[in-house]
Amino acid sequence: MAIAAGFHVSIAASGDPEKIALMTSILVPGAEPRWAADAVKDADIVVLSIPLHKFASFDPGLVAGKLVVDAMNYWRPVNGVQAMFEDGRYSSSEIVQRRLARSTVVKTLNHIGYHEMEDDRRPEGSPERRALGVAGDDPGAVDAVAEVIERIGYDTVRLYSLSAGRLLEPGAPVFGVSLRRAEFELALHAQVA
Amino acid sequence: MQFPLVLGLDTFGDRTNDAEGRPISHAQTIRNLVEQGVLADQLGVDFFGIGEHHTDDWPLSAADVVLGAIAARTKRIHLGSAVTVLSSDDPVRVFQRYSTLNAISGGRAEVILGRGSSIDSFPLFGYDLADYETLFEEKVNLFAELLKGGPVSWEGTTRAALINQDVVPHTEAGPFPVWIGVGGSPQSVVRAAHYGFNLMLAIIGGNPSRFAPFSRLFDQALKQFGQTPRPVGVHGPGHVAATDENAREEFWPYYEDVFRRIGKTRGFATPTKEQFLREVGLHGALYIGSPETVAQKIAANLPALGATRFDLKYGMGGLSHEALMTNIELYGTEVIPRVRELLASKS
Repeated sequence: MAIAAGFHVSIAASGDPEKIALMTSILVPGAEPRWAADAVKDADIVVLSIPLHKFASFDPGLVAGKLVVDAMNYWRPVNGVQAMFEDGRYSSSEIVQRRLARSTVVKTLNHIGYHEMEDDRRPEGSPERRALGVAGDDPGAVDAVAEVIERIGYDTVRLYSLSAGRLLEPGAPVFGVSLRRAEFELALHAQVA
Repeated sequence: MQFPLVLGLDTFGDRTNDAEGRPISHAQTIRNLVEQGVLADQLGVDFFGIGEHHTDDWPLSAADVVLGAIAARTKRIHLGSAVTVLSSDDPVRVFQRYSTLNAISGGRAEVILGRGSSIDSFPLFGYDLADYETLFEEKVNLFAELLKGGPVSWEGTTRAALINQDVVPHTEAGPFPVWIGVGGSPQSVVRAAHYGFNLMLAIIGGNPSRFAPFSRLFDQALKQFGQTPRPVGVHGPGHVAATDENAREEFWPYYEDVFRRIGKTRGFATPTKEQFLREVGLHGALYIGSPETVAQKIAANLPALGATRFDLKYGMGGLSHEALMTNIELYGTEVIPRVRELLASKS
C-alpha cells in the first residue's frame, strides 16, 4: 500500500536480507530487502512490527533518533504474560517509548487486521473510508505519520498523547473494527466518558 | 491440473448442543465425531481432519485416537490432523501416533503441522511462548528426519538428542503425506518448501485472494530448494444447508456467540452481522450457503489460489450434531460432485 502511494519501502528482518529476498519479491514487489541497520539509516519513518516477546531483546540504538511507528500489541492471550508490559500505569506504547528513549514513538496500525488492510482502504473523500487512530506525544510526529496513513487510504483520528494509545489497544471499542471517522470519534468519546 | 482434486472436511470437534440448546458432554461430542467421520467416508469425501485444541469449547486434544476409531470403520477416506500443534508436542510421538494411524488405516494417514494460532497447549505442556519460532523450526526439522524412515540422529535445543535411533512403527510404503498449515506467515511457506512438504493455506477471515501470492512463493521456493512441485490446499470455514438463508441463519447465532466469547478473552470486538455477511459474500472467507453457492465459491477460489485441495471446516460451537450431519451429507452428495463438474469444465 505504501509503495502504491509512492513511498520508498525497505523491509528488514532480524538477519541477512538474502533470506527474505524471494519472499519480498513475490509478496511485496517493489520493496527493498535490506539489513535492518541500513533500512533504518535511510528511513524517515520506521514501522516496528515484531513479535512482542522479541521486543525485550531489541536494540534501542538501532532506531535512535528515528520516528518509530509502534504497530505492536500487548496481547496476553496470544503473547503470554510479559513482565515488561504488565505495568498498568502505562499504555503499551508508552512502555515501548520508555525503552526506545532516543526515538519518537507514534502508535497506529495496531488496531486493524493485516488481512483487512488492502480491502478497507479507500480514496480520500469516499464515504466508506475507514478511520485509524494515530497517537503520540510529539504533535509533529503524529501529523507526519497521519499524513502517510491518509495517503495510503485511510482517514485518521489524531490523539496527541501516547497515553491515549490505550484507547487503541486490544479490548478497546475501536480495536479491529471498521469505523468511519465520525463513528471512530464517537467510540473514543464514549470510552473516555 | 498436476495434482488430483481433493475435497475434504475438517473439524475442531466444536462442542455441540442438544435439541434443547444445552451443551452435550465432551464424551458424546467425541462419539458423534466418529459418526461424522464414518458418514463422510460413506459419501465419498476424500479427507477427514481433526484440529487439536485443549479447551472446553473444543475438547479434541487427542485427535489421533478419534481418527483411529474412524479408521477402523472406514475403507477409503484419508484421515489426518488439522492441525497438529507440533511446537508443543514431541515430534517422535507425533510420528509414532500417525504411523500407527497409517498402519490401522492401511496407508490413509496424513499430518498437517502447525505452529498453533491458539496458545492453550503451551502452558499445558510447559512450553514458553517466547520460544514459539525455535520450537516449530527445530521440531519440523526433526519430523522431516523421522519421515525418512531410517534410524535417526538429531540434535537440537528443544528436546533430547537422538543417536542412530530406530523409531517405530515403520511405515509400509514410505512417508505419509505431510502438510504445513499456514495462516499468514510467509516464513512458514518457505519452510514447507524447504522440507518438500505440501502447503495448506488456512484462510479464516478476509479476502481469500490475498493468499494467491503465497502459492506463487511456494512454487518459487520449491524450485530454489531443488524440490519437485507439491500441492497446495485451502482450509476454509463454512456451513452447508438446503438454502442460502437456512445456512446463514443456522450459523450466524453460533458464530456471533463463539466470536463474542473469543473476543472477550482476546480483546477484539464481536463481529457485526454486516461483517459476517461480508465474509459470506464472494470476497469473504466463509463458505456458507446452499450446495450450489458453496460449490461455486470453492470452484472459483481453488484455481485463483493455485490450489487443488479444499477442506471445509464445518461446525461452530453450539450447532447440533443433526445440523452437522446434514452439512456433511450435502457436502458429500451435492457440493463435491458439483465442484468436480465446475472445475472439469474449466480445465
